[in-house]
Amino acid sequence: MINTHEILETITMIQDENLDIRTVTMGISLLDCMDADIDKACEKVYNKIVSTAKNLVPVCNDIETELGIPIINKRISVTPIGIIASACKEQNPVKFALALEKAAREVGVNFIGGYSALVQKGFAGADMALIESIPEALAVTDHVCASVNIGSTKAGINMDAVAKMGKIVKECAEKTADRQCIGAAKLVVFCNAPEDNPFMAGAFHGVGEPDVVINVGVSGPGVVRAALAKNSEGLDLTGVAELIKRTAFKITRMGQLVAQEASKRLGYPFGIVDLSLAPTPAVGDSVAYILEEIGLECCGSCGTTAALAMLNDAVKKGGVMASSRVGGLSGAFIPVTEDAGMIHAASIGALTIEKLEAMTAVCSVGLDMINIPGDTSADVISALIADEAAIGMVNSKTTAVRVIPAIGKDVGEELNFGGLLGNGPVMKISTYSPAKFVARGGQIPAPMQSLKN
Amino acid sequence: MRAVITVVGKDSVGILAKVSLKCAESNVNINEVTQSVLEDMFCMIMLADISKMNKSFGDFSGEMEKLGQEMGMSVHVMHETIFNSMHRI
Repeated sequence: MINTHEILETITMIQDENLDIRTVTMGISLLDCMDADIDKACEKVYNKIVSTAKNLVPVCNDIETELGIPIINKRISVTPIGIIASACKEQNPVKFALALEKAAREVGVNFIGGYSALVQKGFAGADMALIESIPEALAVTDHVCASVNIGSTKAGINMDAVAKMGKIVKECAEKTADRQCIGAAKLVVFCNAPEDNPFMAGAFHGVGEPDVVINVGVSGPGVVRAALAKNSEGLDLTGVAELIKRTAFKITRMGQLVAQEASKRLGYPFGIVDLSLAPTPAVGDSVAYILEEIGLECCGSCGTTAALAMLNDAVKKGGVMASSRVGGLSGAFIPVTEDAGMIHAASIGALTIEKLEAMTAVCSVGLDMINIPGDTSADVISALIADEAAIGMVNSKTTAVRVIPAIGKDVGEELNFGGLLGNGPVMKISTYSPAKFVARGGQIPAPMQSLKN
Repeated sequence: MRAVITVVGKDSVGILAKVSLKCAESNVNINEVTQSVLEDMFCMIMLADISKMNKSFGDFSGEMEKLGQEMGMSVHVMHETIFNSMHRI
């Protein structure tokens, strides 16, 4: 029998503490859509997505009504287009972006991810053409997200790709300068990219995945913060970690339930639940506030990395027991412009890019949603990507860079994307030149950690 | 199949009657009710059998929400599974 306390706890979590399912993401393989004729391939891509995902949004809406839990985003991830486009004689991958956009609009999803290339060890097929087309693809579409995997623990870091991506990130921002440089916010540069990630902008459907799969990303920083605010007085850090674990368990159970329900109703297998604390700009739904609740005056102070490491670990430990299959990024996200507490910390200068870099060594993703001055050189962006990839490569974890060069703006000014992407100040970045390092190109060899066999 | 109906808001005459009438109209059988009034705040949780309900869950929950608005209270209908999965291993 359910007791009153439990019922009220659940309802409070949803109504007051922003508990929600962040995303139900349908992964769709496009391997059977390859064709030498690019127009035919695009038609197949459109048809497959629309026929497979036509019920995704209505089914999620039904689940939302019945269970009373908001499902914020319904999304689609597809096989990296770099692979699909390789079969085409004509090298104009933007046509695929337009096909994806059309399909996303038709089925009513918020985002479609997979305009991607996996080049950690080198470029093959249409990879280079795809990478070069990213700025245009993101400028002419609204829903398409792009990602490029430039390194891995097994392969090392492809520094030619890193050099290229610095320029591409900048071009993405320049091409959308009239729209708050939004292009760069839809592009993620990865090291160790997971193949079953349901979160944007980095979601794509890996080639080892089944034809169609349902992945779910949970959220809930607000719930964790509220649990700490109510119950952590007088607890030592072991106690705090335990409290976070218990809360993460409950949040994840919700994700597991929604994932199973969505999988059953849509008739496609359940893939994974991604145990992530994904903040939103809504007041209270912030990872930074959790760190502050643990005992820091402001996110970014000394102690932030340690507190974040504990939080990240406790979330995983609580979540892993609650779900039959866990995957994706799974951990705490620290996207600056999407987190009210981080926006505040960055605005008052308490949180710097250097501190964020340290934090990415212990949390789930990387330098995420950071606005940098518009005149930052492509070399600096490339070197930032290389630093971040090195952290991921050596620690056998996913790291990523999603920085937005704020064209025409400087430190202290702001970019405002609206919605879940939020807004935030332009942050200071070191301008000493790494040009010679970046221009060397080549491959940073895989580290000793790769030799596990 | 059971649903949890929660009603929270300022106490007034006929809350229980209006909510149960809506349940009866929808062929929803109320199994259990717990309610309390703290000062003038009314808080009620109902556990109801919806297996023979004569409309869709979405319609029922929509009507209940509308009823809540008319009474100036917050009324929510949620499926029992969410509570079971969150609080039971």
